[in-house]
Amino acid sequence: MKKGVFFYLQLAFTLLICAFLIVPVFMSITAGLTNNYFVGIKSGLTFRWVEQVWDMYSNTIWLTMKIALVTTLVNLCVGVPCAYYLARTRSKLSAFLDECLTLPIAIPGMAIALGLISVYGGITEFRMSWSFILVGHVIFTLPFMVKSVLAVLQSINFRVLEEGAASLGASFWQRFFHVIVPNCKTGIVSGILMTLTLSAGEFNLTWMLHTPLTKTLPVGLADSYASMRLEVSSAYTLIFLGMILPLLIAAQFLNRRPKRSA
Amino acid sequence: MKNASTSVAITLKQVQKTFSDGTLALKPLDLHIEQGEILVLLGPSGCGKTTTLRLIAGLEFCDQGGQILFGERDVTQIAIEQRRVGMVFQSYALFPNMDVSENIAYGLRVRGENKATQQKKVNEMLELFDLQPYAQRAIDQLSGGQRQRVALARAIITEPEVLLLDEPLSALDALLKKRLRTDINALLKRLGITAVYVTHDQEEAMAMGDRIAILDHGEIAQIGTAEEIYLSPNSEFVANFIGQMNHFDGLLQGQALSFGKQFLPLSPSLYQSCSGGKRLRCMARPEDVCLMAFDEATVKGAVSHSVFLGDRTRVLVEVEGLQEPVHVDCFERKRYTIGDRVGLMIPPSRLVLLPNSGME
Repeated sequence: MKKGVFFYLQLAFTLLICAFLIVPVFMSITAGLTNNYFVGIKSGLTFRWVEQVWDMYSNTIWLTMKIALVTTLVNLCVGVPCAYYLARTRSKLSAFLDECLTLPIAIPGMAIALGLISVYGGITEFRMSWSFILVGHVIFTLPFMVKSVLAVLQSINFRVLEEGAASLGASFWQRFFHVIVPNCKTGIVSGILMTLTLSAGEFNLTWMLHTPLTKTLPVGLADSYASMRLEVSSAYTLIFLGMILPLLIAAQFLNRRPKRSA
Repeated sequence: MKNASTSVAITLKQVQKTFSDGTLALKPLDLHIEQGEILVLLGPSGCGKTTTLRLIAGLEFCDQGGQILFGERDVTQIAIEQRRVGMVFQSYALFPNMDVSENIAYGLRVRGENKATQQKKVNEMLELFDLQPYAQRAIDQLSGGQRQRVALARAIITEPEVLLLDEPLSALDALLKKRLRTDINALLKRLGITAVYVTHDQEEAMAMGDRIAILDHGEIAQIGTAEEIYLSPNSEFVANFIGQMNHFDGLLQGQALSFGKQFLPLSPSLYQSCSGGKRLRCMARPEDVCLMAFDEATVKGAVSHSVFLGDRTRVLVEVEGLQEPVHVDCFERKRYTIGDRVGLMIPPSRLVLLPNSGME
């Protein structure tokens, strides 16, 4: 079929939009790999800035990974049972809980952070430790895990599956781990990827909660843009992209896979 | 595999169910199902048949005062996982995360049976249900009939004390339904398992059950064999729910029922049981009504509709004095056209008079 002018106009417009979004990322990557950004590529390519970032900020990278992983673990332990409870129960309490869980999506991260600081800021040990940031990240990312699992639970007839398992002699925990959890796998994996991505990239809340000893990658990135050479900050961005892109691609891939029906 | 040894009788004593919103789903019910018997719970939507099944299963608990016994064992307060029931659900409830073999083996797995025993019993089931080629298939790659067989195999592999089936054939097409209900009936009889089968399909109920309990508005309207219920219904509801029924409302005059200028001869047992001049409602099945020559008949009418159904022709006859047309099944291959004047003959012995059917 011959494609008309309108098709090519649409294509050109789409490519223009893509370029608008991708070019700054590409520029940032090249900036992180060139000897001198202002001279350009002809100044030569180097890993010097990446190495420098690693030397200066590797602790922020490890902390980011640690917080993202623990946040995910907490979300798994709390979010999956929570989604199961919300899917099973239709009461005023469950509706209220559902609303409470959704709130952190609507409230600015800074406000959540301020709330945490004003209530728990006085507990010095807690305030100074990375677990303070962890709490903030759990509050911010939990709704994504719960909603993701809840959506899958609502799409399968999980009550009948549970009744089927119960009729065969399965206890509550056997039903939960043999039937409910495996059949929510797509929701759980999607929730895990979202949690990891959001936690690793979270800035607003973390910026308020961090201390000089509990800096995460995005906070370090902001610092470096404010106080270092552009090449160093760009190399830092490059490392961040290297961490976050595989997760985003995996999430996209997972969402594209057709879901099996119950 | 033998289930007769593990199978038990089921007894329900004053079992009643009120839902949390106050709706009385089941009025106090007494029911005894013999060991090895297949009882069909039949009725329209919302009559309480599925609630009764769920109470027996342990998926619902009855109101205070009710009692459910499996043999001598009181299971009233016992949860489903400890009741030793097998259950086949309307939607089959097969686990999408497990293949056919894993689904069938699940009951053994949660009971902690060793792998070798599980494999041996699963193979028996696969063979019994002709499922060997599909052993490793995912559930979503099976047809409706295959899923139904997997669900049944999964339910009986644990040798349950009772088997409960909740409209297991309702999702299948008519041809497959007929074949499977024969297969299931033969299998249940061979295993000698006590079974409770819920359906809203009267033909299925008659094909499956040793006895049928017809439920209406949360209580048993009639319980008995298919013949008893079909030939001697005890209420209008049962008569109309099972098969087609013709109604003849009139006055008892001598040895016949009169309506308009028509006379329907009654059997001695019928007219002797009632006093003359009394208004009566007699009923007859379409296959018990015969068409005859117009001039010779005491009940006459005109054909208003005729449908060829293969094994018979269903003819509707408008009769003066009756509100509804009379449905007649003609088994000889004769054509009737609308407006044909025909006579009706009903052998008096085939007329049904409901208990307390006087319409004074």
